[in-house]
Amino acid sequence: MGRYILLRHREIADLHRLEVYVRHGGYEAWRKALTTMTPDQVIEEVKASGLRGRGGAGFPTGMKWSFVPKDVFPKYVVVNADESEPGTFKDREIMEGNPHQLIEGALLAAYAIQAERVYIYVRGEYRSVARRLEAAIAEAYAAGFIGRNVLGTGYSVEMAVHLGAGAYICGEETALLESLEGKIGHPRVRPPFPATYGLYGKPTVVNNVETLANVPPIILHGAAWYRTMGTEKSPGPKIFCLSGRVRRPGNYEAELGKITFRDLIFGEEYGQGLLEEGRAVKAILPAGASAPMLPASALDTPLDYESVQAAGSMLGSASIIVLDDTVDIVWAAYKMVRFFQHESCGKCTPCREGTYWLRRVYERIVAGRGRPKDPELLESIARQMAGKTLCPLGDFATSPVLSSLKHFRREYEDYLRRAVETPAGVPA
Amino acid sequence: MLREKYEQEIEAILARYPVKRSAVLPLLYLVQREYGYCTEEGIREVAEITGVSPTEVREVVGFYTLFYDHPIGRHLLQICDDLPCALRGADELVAHAARRLGIRPGETTPDGRFTLETVMCIGACHRAPAMQVDLEFVEHVTPEVFDRIVEDLSRDGA
Ligand SMILES: Cc1cc2nc3c(=O)[nH]c(=O)nc-3n(C[C@H](O)[C@H](O)[C@H](O)COP(=O)(O)O)c2cc1C
Ligand code: SF4
Ligand code: FES
Repeated sequence: MGRYILLRHREIADLHRLEVYVRHGGYEAWRKALTTMTPDQVIEEVKASGLRGRGGAGFPTGMKWSFVPKDVFPKYVVVNADESEPGTFKDREIMEGNPHQLIEGALLAAYAIQAERVYIYVRGEYRSVARRLEAAIAEAYAAGFIGRNVLGTGYSVEMAVHLGAGAYICGEETALLESLEGKIGHPRVRPPFPATYGLYGKPTVVNNVETLANVPPIILHGAAWYRTMGTEKSPGPKIFCLSGRVRRPGNYEAELGKITFRDLIFGEEYGQGLLEEGRAVKAILPAGASAPMLPASALDTPLDYESVQAAGSMLGSASIIVLDDTVDIVWAAYKMVRFFQHESCGKCTPCREGTYWLRRVYERIVAGRGRPKDPELLESIARQMAGKTLCPLGDFATSPVLSSLKHFRREYEDYLRRAVETPAGVPA
Repeated sequence: MLREKYEQEIEAILARYPVKRSAVLPLLYLVQREYGYCTEEGIREVAEITGVSPTEVREVVGFYTLFYDHPIGRHLLQICDDLPCALRGADELVAHAARRLGIRPGETTPDGRFTLETVMCIGACHRAPAMQVDLEFVEHVTPEVFDRIVEDLSRDGA
C-alpha cells in the first residue's frame, strides 16, 4: 500500500479516470459489499472502524447510518461538498484528483442504508470541479457501477451532482437540504434530524466528501486495518489544509494524532516553516474561522479531535491557518467577523444583529476610531449570541472575537490607546 | 423561450429530481446563461416550469451570491479577500484591480465588459491570492497576472 489512503492521485497518475482507478483496486469494495455483505454488515464494519465525520463535528459515521429507519422509503444519501470554511480546500482536491473514491464511498453509504438516490451538493464556485465529478459519474454509470441492477445484484441506485449558488450556510446540513429542495438556505429546527426527516422529509444521510472517501478502504481492508492508523478515539488518516503565513501551504495527509501543529507547520514534508525568515508563530486557527484561535504555546498539540479540544479549540475540518508575528490579530479577527456577518442567513435575530454589531465595532477599531470600552462591548455582544442561535454559525462567529480577546487583549488596547492619542484623521 | 431553446436540457434537469422544485437552482443557472442575469421573464419561466411562485423564485435569486437580479459585465472578476488570501497580499491585489479598471469592487466598467467583486474564501487558499474569472480558478494572482487577464479579455470579441 502506498503512502496515501485518500490523496492517492498524488502517486498514481490519472487516477481520476475510471480505468486507472479500477486497475488500482477501485470499485473492489463496492463489488465486495454488494456480493458478500448485507447492508447491516457494511454499517457494522464502518462502526467498528471508528470513522468520524470529517465535515467538522466529528460524529461517528457508522452510528449516524444506524439511526436511519429500515422500513421507510425512499431514502437518500447527500454528499456535502459545499466546502466554504475559510482555509478549507481538501474536498476540492479529492473531487479533482480522486473522484471515484468519493463516488464509491457514496455508493457504499447508499447500499448501507438502502437509499435509492445520491446527490452530491457542490458549492457553486466549484463549477469546474463539479464538471470533473460529473464526468467520473458518467464513467461509473457506463461501467455499470451505478444505475439499475448494479452488477446483477438487483440493487439500483442513481447519482447526480447538484450545484449550489454561493452561500456558506448551505454547508450546514439542514440548510443544504433546503437548498437542494430549491429553497433559500435557511437551517431547519432540529430535531427531527435528517436521519429520520431529511431530503423531501425522507430519511437521509448527509456526509462530508472526505468522510465518504474513507469508506472504500475500510470495506476493502477491514476495520481492524483502519484502526492501525490514528489514535484510539480518532482513528484513520486525515487531510490537513495548511494556509496562511507558511512557506508551503497545501493539503497534507497524515494519521490523526501522529503529528502536531509544529510538525505540520515546520516539518520538511509539510509546511517547511514560515513564509519569512526570522519570524515566529503568533497564533493558529485550527479550523478556519470557526474555532477559537490558539496561541503559539499550543504548537505541540497533537492533531486529533480530543487533543485540540483539550487545548481549548476544535479540530473541525482541520483547516489550519497560520498567523505569524507580522499579523495584526485585531485585523484578523475583523476579517473573520466580516465573513460571518456576510454569511449569516438572517433567520434568527441574535446572529443577524449580533454579527452586524460585531462588524460595526471592528470597523471602527481598525479604522483607528475605537472607544476604550470596545473590548467589553465586543464581549457583551458575543455573550448575547452564544448558545442563543438556531444553528452553530452564530456560535462560530463569536469564536474569533472571544479567543482573540482572551489571548491578545493587549493588541486591542494598543489600538484603543492610539485612537485616543492620535484621533483618526489627524496625522501622527 | 427557455422551454423551446433548452427543451432537452430542461428535461434532463427535471429528471434528476422526484420533486420539480429542486430544479429551481439549476434552471436559474440556465436563465443566467441565456439572458446574462436573472431577468423577470426568466424568473417567471422558472416559476412556471417548477410550479413555484415567482415571488419565491425571486427570493431564491436574492439569497444566493451567484445569482444576479441586474445586468453585470460580460466578464466577472471575483477576487478573494478572505483571511487566508489577505495574509498573502489579497487586499493589495484588490486595490490594484480597482485602479487598473477604474472602478470599485461591486461596480461594472462603463463599457459593460468587466464586473469586479471581492468574494469570501473560494477554496484556493493554498495558492493565494486567488480569484475566479467567469467562475474558473486563477491562482497565485500577482498584479501582472491580473493585468494580463484584463488585456486578454479586452480584445474585441472577448
Ligand atoms: C455553518 C456551518 C457550515 C458547515 N459547512 C460544512 C461544509 O462546508 N462541509 C461539510 O462537510 N460540513 C459542513 N458543516 C457540517 C454539516 O452540518 C454536517 O455536520 C456534515 O456535513 C456531516 O458530515 P460528516 O458527519 O461526514 O462530517 C457545516 C456546519 C455548519 C454549522
Ligand atoms: S445562527 Fe445565523 S446562520 Fe444560523 S440560522 Fe441563525 S441567522 Fe441563520
Ligand atoms: S481565502 Fe482566498 S481562497 Fe480561501
